[in-house]
Amino acid sequence: MTEDFDKLRDGLRKAPGADPARKEAALRLAMQNFDRAHQGTQPQPRPIPVRPRNAGLFAGVRTMLSRLTTRPILAATTSVAAICLGLIVVLPITPTDLTTPKPLAEVAPAPEATPAPVPATAQEAVADLAAVSDAASDTAGAVNGAVATGQKVPAAPTAPSMTRKRVQDGQMLRRETYLPQPSVAPTPIAPAEIDPGVQTAPDTEAFPQAEANPIKVTAQDPVSTFSVDVDTASYAVVRSSLMQGQLPPDGAVRIEEMVNYFPYTYAAPAVGEAPFKSSVTVMPTPWNPGTQLVRIGLQGRLPAIADRPALNLVFLVDTSGSMQNADKLPLLKQSLRLLLPQLRPEDEVAIVAYAGSAGEVLPPTRAENSAAILDALDRLEAGGSTAGAEGLELAYRLAEKMGAKGEVSRVLLATDGDFNVGVSDPDGLEKFIAKKRAQGTYLSVLGFGRGNLDDAVMQTLAQSGNGMAAYIDTLQEARKVLVDQLSGALFPIADDVKIQVEWNPAQVAEYRLIGYETRALAREDFNNDKVDAGEIGAGHAVTALYEVTAPGSTALANDPLRYGAATPSTDSPELGFLRLRYKAPGETTSALIETPITASDAPADEDARFAAAIAGFGQLLTGAKYLGDWGWQDAIALAQSARGEDAFGYRTEAVNLMRLAQSLSVQ
Amino acid sequence: MLMETPDETLALAAASGDRSAFAQLLARHYDRVFGLCWRLTGSRADAEDLTQDICAALPGKLHSFRAEARFSTWLYRVAVNAAHDRRRRAATHARAALGWGEWEVNRQAAMAEAEDAQDWLVAAMTRLPPELRDTVALTLGEDLTQAEAAAILGLSEGTIAWRMAEVKKHLRKQAAEEARI
Repeated sequence: MTEDFDKLRDGLRKAPGADPARKEAALRLAMQNFDRAHQGTQPQPRPIPVRPRNAGLFAGVRTMLSRLTTRPILAATTSVAAICLGLIVVLPITPTDLTTPKPLAEVAPAPEATPAPVPATAQEAVADLAAVSDAASDTAGAVNGAVATGQKVPAAPTAPSMTRKRVQDGQMLRRETYLPQPSVAPTPIAPAEIDPGVQTAPDTEAFPQAEANPIKVTAQDPVSTFSVDVDTASYAVVRSSLMQGQLPPDGAVRIEEMVNYFPYTYAAPAVGEAPFKSSVTVMPTPWNPGTQLVRIGLQGRLPAIADRPALNLVFLVDTSGSMQNADKLPLLKQSLRLLLPQLRPEDEVAIVAYAGSAGEVLPPTRAENSAAILDALDRLEAGGSTAGAEGLELAYRLAEKMGAKGEVSRVLLATDGDFNVGVSDPDGLEKFIAKKRAQGTYLSVLGFGRGNLDDAVMQTLAQSGNGMAAYIDTLQEARKVLVDQLSGALFPIADDVKIQVEWNPAQVAEYRLIGYETRALAREDFNNDKVDAGEIGAGHAVTALYEVTAPGSTALANDPLRYGAATPSTDSPELGFLRLRYKAPGETTSALIETPITASDAPADEDARFAAAIAGFGQLLTGAKYLGDWGWQDAIALAQSARGEDAFGYRTEAVNLMRLAQSLSVQ
Repeated sequence: MLMETPDETLALAAASGDRSAFAQLLARHYDRVFGLCWRLTGSRADAEDLTQDICAALPGKLHSFRAEARFSTWLYRVAVNAAHDRRRRAATHARAALGWGEWEVNRQAAMAEAEDAQDWLVAAMTRLPPELRDTVALTLGEDLTQAEAAAILGLSEGTIAWRMAEVKKHLRKQAAEEARI
C-alpha cells in the first residue's frame, strides 16, 4: 500500500521539462504585459483563454480533468444533485450488468468512459459528500463549477424529451444519455474487448423535428416561400428503417426528399436559357376530390458530359471505430470504387481520414492513376486511436490546393454520424463550411449505417456547404447517388434557389405545401440575397406539391369570415404566380424567373401521379392528418399505376416499401 | 558568488515597476510553475498553456503580493487558482460547445491512453477526486508540508491531513480492484 503512495510520489516528481520555445514565448509575453502594466494602460491583464493545440500525452486525461472542477464544494442546492448522482450510479449494478458489460464502442463518451472521475460506487459518492461538507469555505466560482458537475447526471433521465429540440441539442442528448452506463464498469473498458458489430447501445440518432405545414388561408397569407431541397437522404433512411422491420421515426420522414428521390422526365431548359426550367401541372388530389394538387417541377440543365469542368474531389472519410460494420466503411469503400470509373483522367482525387489513420491518406492524385487511388482506399481502416482532429480543415486545404480556375472543388464527407472533424463548436462548424462555400469549395455529406446517424447535422452541414446529403444503405443506393446522378451531385448549376408562390385568392381559397417544413423561408428572405438556400446540381430535378382548394368548395377547412372578408379584386384565371430566384455558382446577386400557374385540362402524367403517391406515402408515415379515408391500399394502387418505364427500378422498389409499411403499420 | 536576492525582495521591487527584478523572478520560477501545472492538469500541452496564462497575468497580480507570505507560497496559490479557473472555463466551454463529435475525439484519445499500461500514474491520478488530486500535487509532487499546502489551498491543516488519509484509502481500494482483475 505504501508502495503505491511512493509510486504516486515518484510519478509526480518526474514532471516533464518545460519546452524552451514555449518558455521563451511565455516569458516574452509576461514582460510585454509587465511593460504595459507599468505604463498604466493595462491595469489588470487577464489570462487569455488558450485552447490546447496539440493533443499531447495526456489529452484524454486532460479533458477528463478539466471537465470536472477541482473543488467540489457543493452548496446546499448542488448536494441534492450529488445525491441523485449516488442513486443513479447504484441502480445499474445488477448481476446482469456485471456479467454482460454493455459494449460502449459506439457511444461511450471519453470523459465518462473511465469510471474514475465519477464516483463509481455509492460509497465513493458518499465519501465525496463528506469531503464536500468538510470544505465549506470557498468562492462562488467554485460553486458554479460544482453545479456544472452535478448537473450532468440528473439530466440523463430527462434526455428523451430533449429530442424535440433543435438540431444542435441532439448532440447534447447523445452525450448525456449514456452517462450512468459507463460508471457501472469497475475498470476502464479496454477498447479491444469490444465487438463493434454488436449494437446493443441505445439509439443515438437525431432527426430534425418540424410540424407538418398547416393549411393556409389565401386571403390572409397568400405567399408561400421556401428553399429548394435536392437531398434524398430521408427516403434512404425510411427505406432502411422499413427493411429492418420498423416504421421510421416521424422526424426522419421529409416528404420533399422522398418525392425528389425519383427521377422525373421534366422538360430540360434549352441552351442559352436559365439553368433550370419550371413546369407546372394541376391535377385532382388523389386523397381529396374537393381539392387540387399543383405540382411544380424544376429541371436543372442536363449536363453536357463532354465539356464538364475538371473536378477536384476530396473524400473526407470517418475511420473511427464505429465505422467497422459491414454497412459502413466497407460499403463506403465499395461506393467510392464505383465512383472512380466515372471520373475523367484529368480529375483529381484526394483522401483524408479522420479519427483514425490520421490525416492525408492520399495526396491529390489524377484520376487516371486509379491504381494508387484504389490502393489508398484499401488502406483505410476503421478503429485508429489517434484523433485526426483537423480532418475537415485539412480536407478543405487540400481542395483549395487542387482547385484551379474553372474547376469544381468539392469535399465529400462520409460518416456514420460522428462529426469529430476538428471544429468543435457546432456554430463554428457551420460558419466554417459556409465560409468555404463562399470561397468556392462545396461540401456534400454521405451518411452510412444506422444507430448513430445524425440526420439533422448531416442536413445542416450539407445545407451550409451547398451540397446534398445522401444516406447510403446499400450498394444500389451508392450507385444511384455516385454513379447515375454523379453530375448532379458534383456540379452545381444554380445556388441559393428559392421558390415563392403567390396564390390568387379568386381561384385558390386555401393551400397547403406538402413537405419542405425544414426549408421554409420568411417571405422577405426571398429577395434577400444574403439568405442562404438550396443548390441545384446539373441534371437535378426538384418537385414541390401544393394541395389547393377553390373558393366555395365543400373541402374548405376554414369557414369564411363573417366580418372583414375581403372580396378578391381580380378575375384573373391564374391560380397563382411562381417566382424563382437563383444565383449562378459563385455569384452574389440573384436572378429572377417568373411564371404564372394556370390550370390545364391535360390529364396528369405518370410523373405527377407518382409524385402524388409518394407524397401520400410520406403523409401516411407521419400521421395522415389531411388524407381522410385514403390509405395504404390507395397509395399502393396509385404508385403501381404510375410506375412508367422505371428503368432503374426505383419506383417498383417504392411500391414494395409501401407494402412493407402497410404490413408494419397494422401491427 | 553573490548571495541571491530573496524572492520576496524581487517581488516587491517588481510590483513597484522594476523590470529586471520581474524578469529575474520569472526566470527563477518558470520551471517550477510549469511542473506544478503539469501535476495539476496531467497534460504537457495544457501545462504549457496554463503556465503561459499565469505568466501573462502575473504583472497585474503582483500588486496583491504582500510580504507576509513567502513568494513561492503566493505563486503556488496563483497557479492553483489559475488552474481552477481554467478547468471551470473548460467545463463551461464543454457545456456550451457540446460539439460535434468532440467526445469522440476524447474517447479515442482516452482509449489510447488507457491502453498504455505504463500510465499507472494517470490512472491513479484520474481516479482521485479533484480536490484530492490538487492536494497530492502539492504535497507529494511539490514536496510541501501539509501546513504549506493548507496555506496555498486556503484550508486548515487538518483538512489536508484528512485528505491525505483519503488518498491512501483510495490507493488501497484501487490496488485491491486491480488485484481482483
